[in-house]
Amino acid sequence: MSIEVRHITKTFGDFTALKEVSLEIPTGELIALLGPSGSGKTTLLRVIAGLEVADPGSGAILFDGEDATSRSSRDRQVGFVFQHYALFRHMTIFENVAFGLRVRPRKVRPSESEIRERVSALLKLVQLDWLAARYPSQLSGGQRQRVALARALAVEPKVLLLDEPFGSLDAKVRKELRRWLRRLHDELHVTSVFVTHDQEEALEVADRVVVMNEGRVEQVGTPDQVYHHPANPFVYNFLGNVNLFNGRVEGGKVHIGDMAMELPEQMRPDAETAVVYVRPHLLEIDHQPTNTNHFRARVEHINPAGPLVKVELISEWGDPVQVEISQERYRDLRLKKDAEVFVTPKEKKIFVEKYSI
Amino acid sequence: MALSLKQRSVLPGFGLTMGFTLLYLSLIVLIPLSATFLKTAAMSWSQFWNTVTEPRALASYRLSFGASLIGAAINMVFGMLAAWVLVRYSFPGKRVVDAMVDLPFALPTAVAGITLTAVFARNGWIGSYLEPRGIKVAFTPLGVVVALTFIGLPFVVRTVQPVLQDLDAEIEEAAASLGASRWQTVTRVILPALLPALLTGFALAFARAVGEYGSVIFISGNMPMRTEITPLLIVTKLEQYDYAAATAIGVVMLVMSFALLFIINLLQWWSRRRYA
Repeated sequence: MSIEVRHITKTFGDFTALKEVSLEIPTGELIALLGPSGSGKTTLLRVIAGLEVADPGSGAILFDGEDATSRSSRDRQVGFVFQHYALFRHMTIFENVAFGLRVRPRKVRPSESEIRERVSALLKLVQLDWLAARYPSQLSGGQRQRVALARALAVEPKVLLLDEPFGSLDAKVRKELRRWLRRLHDELHVTSVFVTHDQEEALEVADRVVVMNEGRVEQVGTPDQVYHHPANPFVYNFLGNVNLFNGRVEGGKVHIGDMAMELPEQMRPDAETAVVYVRPHLLEIDHQPTNTNHFRARVEHINPAGPLVKVELISEWGDPVQVEISQERYRDLRLKKDAEVFVTPKEKKIFVEKYSI
Repeated sequence: MALSLKQRSVLPGFGLTMGFTLLYLSLIVLIPLSATFLKTAAMSWSQFWNTVTEPRALASYRLSFGASLIGAAINMVFGMLAAWVLVRYSFPGKRVVDAMVDLPFALPTAVAGITLTAVFARNGWIGSYLEPRGIKVAFTPLGVVVALTFIGLPFVVRTVQPVLQDLDAEIEEAAASLGASRWQTVTRVILPALLPALLTGFALAFARAVGEYGSVIFISGNMPMRTEITPLLIVTKLEQYDYAAATAIGVVMLVMSFALLFIINLLQWWSRRRYA
């Protein structure tokens, strides 16, 4: 089922959680709503699920082109998975999954044997059939979340909505589960929307990423698009670590220290200042100055743990700069604390306006 | 490894606190209770049996335990409702209502009894409306139920309230998104989760009601065989200097209360076990 969100606004007292948000989700896609806390991503998900009512007169939610704004969450046929699982503690895992089938009106309720069959098939799908007789408190966090997913799938929802599904799990389980979710989606092809504040998770799992901030949608695109072609400084900033360099604009060029960089053509040539954004792994360190643009810096701190070596520098104008270099390069350079180095940006992104999270 | 009663624990002071607890329980609970049994032992078995099974005593047990059970059951329903309102909604004056729940705790029981009698008597505020319609409250078993309901209310509210507070609204949202109606959500999701707390509240309200004296004796009218509660019967025996009979009836009450509380505890244990 496709979902269309049209000009939805939602306020809580004085706080505006969503401002005129519009979004289209085609059938069968896996979409990530990505943003910092307070960006309105969970509110948007809850409005789609019918757990939250948008401001009266503000817009509409369409399911398959049909207006579903006034439908209750009961009638929307959405499966909702909560961050803290929200399992029924007094029921076994089996009964939790069977709940959605058992509460159906008698006429459309499957027979007991059908329920058994359906629930065991679902528990097999989430690889937990051996835990059917246990209670939720006897399961680990990752297992509970899979039960919650099976429970949501039991009612054959047309849309699956997941609110920070892996948010309260530890890092390792989280990585396993999100790959598993991706595989599950490839199998079932049910339109799915999940909320996350973890950019890595969004970029890895989703077909398309919706980056949200302060109740607005900043950019919608494939993980590749939002990562490599961010629409604005916020998106660039949010999707990974970044260094900011403030520069002056003169004669169509941005000047920072001794460096001069071409201002992209579509940028306002009349701007006085511009900000250059460079990701830490796109800065190169050398002991000798290169003939391209470079600046001088002093090594402040080195952290060699991990796949990349993280080096903290203080630039010639006194700002901290983060650089990531390969272990190989680190060995070749024989970097020491307080060494004088020359830094060259390999790739950069220039925005006229500045953005801070 | 040698079997030892004392288990090693990071929390210090087990010996001291456990010793104090046992001493305290003995002084406050066990010694007075065993005195009751000792006093009763002065009677012969047949004397004991005759005393505790005389028709007047039997009628008083029926009233005391019956009215207490009914009162506790009423409180279980309406106490839960009150707790629900106090936890789930916010409205002006909520704090005042919340404080009012404890009034039956704080009010001297005799005051409560006199007030209830005045209200429900033939010329009282409520009684003057009920009696012409054939409903007599004051000086009937119904009056006893009213008094016992009044004094038991806070127990259910105060035991259910914290559990309800802990019960996530998400649970209800989950049920709704799975297609459950409001009624199904309440009966299948909320009530089972509240059951242990409800049983605790029920047990406490019941235990309090069985021992209640002050508020009941005013409204009941104390007619033997009809509106005489067991604690009053005990007092009557004491006033007749029949100490052995008084303690004998006391022992019966004690045993019955203990048995009922034990059953409720078993039920609670059974329902709580499922939460692990």
